[in-house]
Amino acid sequence: MRMDHQLAERWIAPHSHVLDLGCGNGELLAHLQQNLGVTGYGLEIDEDKINEAITKGLSIVEQDLNDGLSRFADDSFDTVVMARALQAVKAPDVLLLDMLRVAREAVITFPNFAHWQNRLHLGLKGLMPVSEALPYEWYNTPNIHLCTFKDFEQLCAQHDIHIINRFAVSDSEKGHNPLMTALIRQAPNLLADVAIYRVSKQKRD
Amino acid sequence: MSARSDSTSEHSPNHAANATDTVGSVGSVGIVTPQTFHFAEPLTLECNRTLPSFDLIFETYGTLNSDKSNAILICHALSGSHHAAGFHSDDDKKAGWWDNMIGPNKAIDTNQFFVVCVNNIGSCFGSTGPTTINPDTVNSSQKSTNKNNENSEPQVYGPDFPLVTIKDWVKTQAMLSDRLGIEVWHAIVGGSMGGMQALQWSVDYPERLKRCVVIASTPKLSAQNIAFNEVARQSILSDPDFKDGRYLQAGTYPRRGLILARMVGHITYLTDDAMKAKFGRDLKSGKFMYGYDVEFQVESYLRYQGERFSENFDANTYLLMTKALDYFDPTRDYPLAVTLESASVKAESAEKELSALKVAFAHTQCQYLVVSFTTDWRFAPERSQEIVDALMATGKPVSYINVDAPHGHDSFLFDIPRYMGAVKGFLTAPFIANSMIAKGARS
Repeated sequence: MRMDHQLAERWIAPHSHVLDLGCGNGELLAHLQQNLGVTGYGLEIDEDKINEAITKGLSIVEQDLNDGLSRFADDSFDTVVMARALQAVKAPDVLLLDMLRVAREAVITFPNFAHWQNRLHLGLKGLMPVSEALPYEWYNTPNIHLCTFKDFEQLCAQHDIHIINRFAVSDSEKGHNPLMTALIRQAPNLLADVAIYRVSKQKRD
Repeated sequence: MSARSDSTSEHSPNHAANATDTVGSVGSVGIVTPQTFHFAEPLTLECNRTLPSFDLIFETYGTLNSDKSNAILICHALSGSHHAAGFHSDDDKKAGWWDNMIGPNKAIDTNQFFVVCVNNIGSCFGSTGPTTINPDTVNSSQKSTNKNNENSEPQVYGPDFPLVTIKDWVKTQAMLSDRLGIEVWHAIVGGSMGGMQALQWSVDYPERLKRCVVIASTPKLSAQNIAFNEVARQSILSDPDFKDGRYLQAGTYPRRGLILARMVGHITYLTDDAMKAKFGRDLKSGKFMYGYDVEFQVESYLRYQGERFSENFDANTYLLMTKALDYFDPTRDYPLAVTLESASVKAESAEKELSALKVAFAHTQCQYLVVSFTTDWRFAPERSQEIVDALMATGKPVSYINVDAPHGHDSFLFDIPRYMGAVKGFLTAPFIANSMIAKGARS
C-alpha cells in the first residue's frame, strides 16, 4: 500500500463511515473495509478504475469532483479522504470547505511542489518539474493547482480550518531510511514530496 | 412458443454449437425451451381485482447449484419477453433480446449462474394476459355467475384484463421463485422497466435478493414520460379498428394505432445524434416527391419499426404496459414520515422526492449497481442519480456508472465493454457483509 494510504489509515477510526474522493481502484477503501470494518463510498471518474473497484465489492460512484459534494448532506461521514486529488480540481478551496461540511474530519494528501527536486528543476534547469510524485509534462498534467505545505497551511488559516496532524513523506526509496525521515520532519516543505494533513472545521477539545 | 431441444438437425448452424463451448470462450446458451407454470391460486392485484389463476412462461439458462445460491432473475422491459438469450430452434435467426449480456462467459455468465427470465402477466408472449382466454367465458354451463355471455364461445380477456403494476409483477415473480425453490436470488437484473422491477424487488422482498442491478431506469416516471405514453395510448385508442379493445372478436386489428404508438416510443429510445448518424436527411429516392409518402430515410425506418412491432405485439398489452410504467412508484407504500420533513418547512420537491425514496429504501438489504447512459433522455442519468443519492443517504451499498454511449435509452441493449464489465464485476464481486446496512442513515 502507498505510504500516504498507510498514514491515512492511522487517522481513520474503526467502523467509521468514510467518503474517499478520487478513490482510484479502491485500494485504500478495500483495505479500510477489510481491516477496520469501515463503511463508505468512493468517488472516481476513471472508467477502468471504477470497474476494478466494483469488482472488489466496493461501493463506487462515478462523479467528477469538480461537481462538488452537494449530493451529500451535512455531516454524512466521519471522515472524508482525498489522496492526491486536491491539486487536480478546479476549485480546491471550495472543495476543501465542502469536504468539511459533509464530514467531521478530512484527510488530504497532495504532492508538495516546494520539494527540493522541484525547486532544482525549476531554479537551475528552468523547466517545469517532473518527478515521481509529479510524473507529467506541463502540457498534459492534470495537476492544475499545485501547492506547498506552506500554501496549504495558509489556506487553512484563512478559512479557520484546524490542522490536527501533519505528516511529510517521501515517495522515493531514499526517503525511507531513518536519517532521511528525521530530516524530512525538520524541513518538510523542502524535503518531503508528499504532504498529508488531517484537518477539521474547528479546534476540538 | 415451444421449441425443440434437440440440436441434431443437419442444417444446424452455429446456435447450438456454441452451447458446449469450453471455459474461456464467449458463446451462446444455444437452443432453449420455455417452460410454463400454472398458478391455480387466485391473485389479488394492486387494483383490487383478482385473477382466478394465471400462467407464467419463463426460460432458464445455466444450472442451479445444490444450495440454490447462484440464481439470477432477469426482468424484461416494455416490449420484452421471457426469451432473453439463445435460440428457439435451429433455424431461429434472432437470438433472445439480451443475448449479448447472458451466456457462457458473458457479463451474466451461464457457466457460473442459473439465469431465469420470466414473461410478466399482462404481456402477450405466453403468460396470462389480454390475449389469454378469460376463464369467466369458459363453460358457461358450469359457471353460474356468468350471465352476460349468452354463447358459450370462450373469449380472450382483451380490455377486461385488469391493469397490472410493477409491484404485481414482482409479486408473481416471487411466487415463481417459491415454485423454483429459490429463497434468495444472487441478483435481480433489469433494464428500463426491468430495472423498476429489480428496484421494487429490493423494497418489497429485501431479504430475498443479495444484489440488485438497475439499468437505464428511474425511480418514477416524469410528466414528460407520462405525456409520451399518453400519446402512444391515444394512438391506439383512437384507431377505429380498436373497437374498445375487442378487436380480436371483431376480426379487426388496430394496426395503425399500434404502429403510431411504437413510432412515438421509438423516437424516445433514440437520440438526435444517433438518428443524424444513421439517417441524416437522406431521401429514399434522392429527390423531393412533394407528397406524404415515405420520403426521408428516417420516416422509412420508423414505419418499418412500427409495422414490424405491430405484427408481434398486442394493442391491449401495449396500453397496459404503458400504464404500469406510469403507475410505478416504489415510495407508494411508504408515506413520508412527518419527522423526515425536518426543519425545512417548504422543502423543495426534489428534496421531498429524495426523502420519500430514503424511506422506501431504508430497509433494503442488497447491494446495488445503478447504470445510466449519457445520451439517454427518456430516463436520463439524473433520474438514476436520484436512486443513487437516496441509497447513499440511507447508507446502502451502491455503485453507479454513467456510461458514455451514443444510442440513447436503447444503449442498455448494446454490447458496451465498460457497461458489461461493470455488470460482470459486480455480479462476481465478494458480497460485503451487511455492515453498511447496519450502519443505516446518518443524516
